[in-house]
Amino acid sequence: MNEKSIKKMALRDNPFYDPSLKKRHASAKRFKLFTLTCIIFALSFLVFFLGDMIVKGLPAFQQSYMQVDVTFNDKTIASTRRAIDKKYRRIVSRAWLRNIPRMVEKNPALMGTTQSTWVLVNHQVDQYMKGHYYKIKDKDLKTVQEVQEQGKIELRFNKIFFTQGDSKIPEYSGLKSAMIGSILTLIVTMVIAFPLGVMTAVYLEEFADDNRWTQLIEVNINNLAAIPSILFGLLGLAVFINLFGLPRSAPVVGGLTLALMTLPIIIVSSRAALRSVPDSIRQAAYGLGLTKVQVVQDHVLPLAFPGIMTGSIIGLAQAMGETAPLIIIGMIAFIPDSPGSIFEAATVMPAQIFTWAGMPERAYIERTAAGIMVLLTVLISLNALAIYLRKKFEVKW
Amino acid sequence: MKAFESKKRHNELKEQIIKFFLITAATVSILTTFGVLFSILFEAIEFFQMRSFWYFLTGTEWSPGVPDSKFGALPIFAGTFMITFIAMAVALPIGLGSAIFMSEYASPKLRNQLKPLLEILAGIPTVVYGFFAAITVAPFIVKFFAFFGIHASFNSALASGVVMGIMIIPVISSLSDDVIQAVPDSQRKASLALGMTMSETIKAIVLPSALPGIISATLLGLSKALGETMIVVMAAGLRPNLSWNFLEDMTTVTVRIVDALVGDHEFDSPDTLSAFALGLVLFIVTLILNVVSVALIRKFKEKYKINTL
Repeated sequence: MNEKSIKKMALRDNPFYDPSLKKRHASAKRFKLFTLTCIIFALSFLVFFLGDMIVKGLPAFQQSYMQVDVTFNDKTIASTRRAIDKKYRRIVSRAWLRNIPRMVEKNPALMGTTQSTWVLVNHQVDQYMKGHYYKIKDKDLKTVQEVQEQGKIELRFNKIFFTQGDSKIPEYSGLKSAMIGSILTLIVTMVIAFPLGVMTAVYLEEFADDNRWTQLIEVNINNLAAIPSILFGLLGLAVFINLFGLPRSAPVVGGLTLALMTLPIIIVSSRAALRSVPDSIRQAAYGLGLTKVQVVQDHVLPLAFPGIMTGSIIGLAQAMGETAPLIIIGMIAFIPDSPGSIFEAATVMPAQIFTWAGMPERAYIERTAAGIMVLLTVLISLNALAIYLRKKFEVKW
Repeated sequence: MKAFESKKRHNELKEQIIKFFLITAATVSILTTFGVLFSILFEAIEFFQMRSFWYFLTGTEWSPGVPDSKFGALPIFAGTFMITFIAMAVALPIGLGSAIFMSEYASPKLRNQLKPLLEILAGIPTVVYGFFAAITVAPFIVKFFAFFGIHASFNSALASGVVMGIMIIPVISSLSDDVIQAVPDSQRKASLALGMTMSETIKAIVLPSALPGIISATLLGLSKALGETMIVVMAAGLRPNLSWNFLEDMTTVTVRIVDALVGDHEFDSPDTLSAFALGLVLFIVTLILNVVSVALIRKFKEKYKINTL
């Protein structure tokens, strides 16, 4: 008899031996494995998703330029297409050529000369350069390949993406007007939501008696947080635009709508911050003869401020990524120029992403993904800032 | 002495004014909720004055924009239900599994690292999920089923449902994790001492104790799925489609709301106002889900006398 079978016999003689034990342990292991698989699946999706966006979006940060002779004279200013050789006309970007009069205006010395200039090429050639699917006539493709052999076409950093607004010409479209629209909208949001949210939190935590009215407010805030965002868009449309007559598509309407959505986030986090300030601080202040307002204003609020800021930044980040209500109030208009004030038509970054995602040209796909990368970078930075603030100013009482 | 008293009176006035401002601020949240409710309700009532309320709930034909327009929202509700069901089928097992792993198996250190990572999923803007569903997931599903010779639409309910499910994972995992964590340790120890394995303890003791909280988390996820807009606008269809086949294109309440309100519209046509009728349904359903969810969590908190949730 070997050792194994002795062990087996001993087990069988053991009165506590349960033959189902092996099965139960195996099932326990399987269950643990299942839960582990779940979390690995969720996290690997995150990795796959971010990787997918980066792979799709990175090419958009580069754009093809070609070196050709550009003639500057009266004729070419009148009809910019004639500024370059006929052979290259279908390769360069129409949008770039429109800049020729402006270039001459800026630098009059150019007039009457022919300069070898790096010119933006159109999106089909750009897609060809990046090795994507392209649609170019054979004749033009030959020209492009010729130029390519001479080294006169190359990929450069895509400055246009950050310095231009939206455009119907893919290679000339950028995120700038949407960024400015986002900033204006979020300024309106925070100017309204931050004081209102903090004041509500202060009232509920420091002043309110526990009566019906207070409970009603609390239940309300809870429900407000659970209302689907698109319904805030309906509110914005029916109240701010139809009733108050505010301009459609304007950051002021978008900001107001987002403010109402951000309000519960700021209230909840501010209340938590106020609650974490120990009562001994309040008692000490009362003991020195301060009034209630003085206690809150000079002692409780400053101590709770880092927590309030953290919550507000997280609320800001959420408002920044919100799209649905803004679509309803018309902030998906085509906005080539940056809005100058909060009453002009504007679009925001996520809405711009939505618009580009619906465009038929393939060149917009990489721009959409690049826009997503920019948006996610801003959001991650905001959240990192919130975490940093929390870590730095966190006080353990 | 006199100067002191006048200052005191001045202070009292100031206190009253500040308190008044604070109450006013707190009232805004109530105004907002009622603002949302009434702005939707009034327009919806206007709609139901033009069209039959009964046909809206039970009719099967939705054809706005034509002279003889019909507004039967049943196919839209069915599409919403189908996509929400797919989303929950993805989110519930994965979210709950992740929550169990984080609270029962992972070390506190690992849990503190995993939780924020999962919450990144909740922080990604929905428009980004929509793009991902439309550009990456939908073509993959079409190719995958074409391999088996089954036709799938590029706007299939499956694509938007799956991506929506992934978005909802953190909603379910985060709250469930908190609730499971809150189940008293004495229950676990008693069960383990009786010779139960870890998984038996979780299934027979911990999960039933945490059930109200888990249901609450599920309802929150459900309400989020019903109200989700961007993913379905970008990846699901526009056509109201009453079908059981999740590979066909389907539309949802939110898609039809966006479709009715984008672009120029007049506020007296039933086409535009139908969006508010759909919005009213969405508002009522999500409100009920939220109220039930909050009540369940409160019950759980009272049972174990905890205040941290």
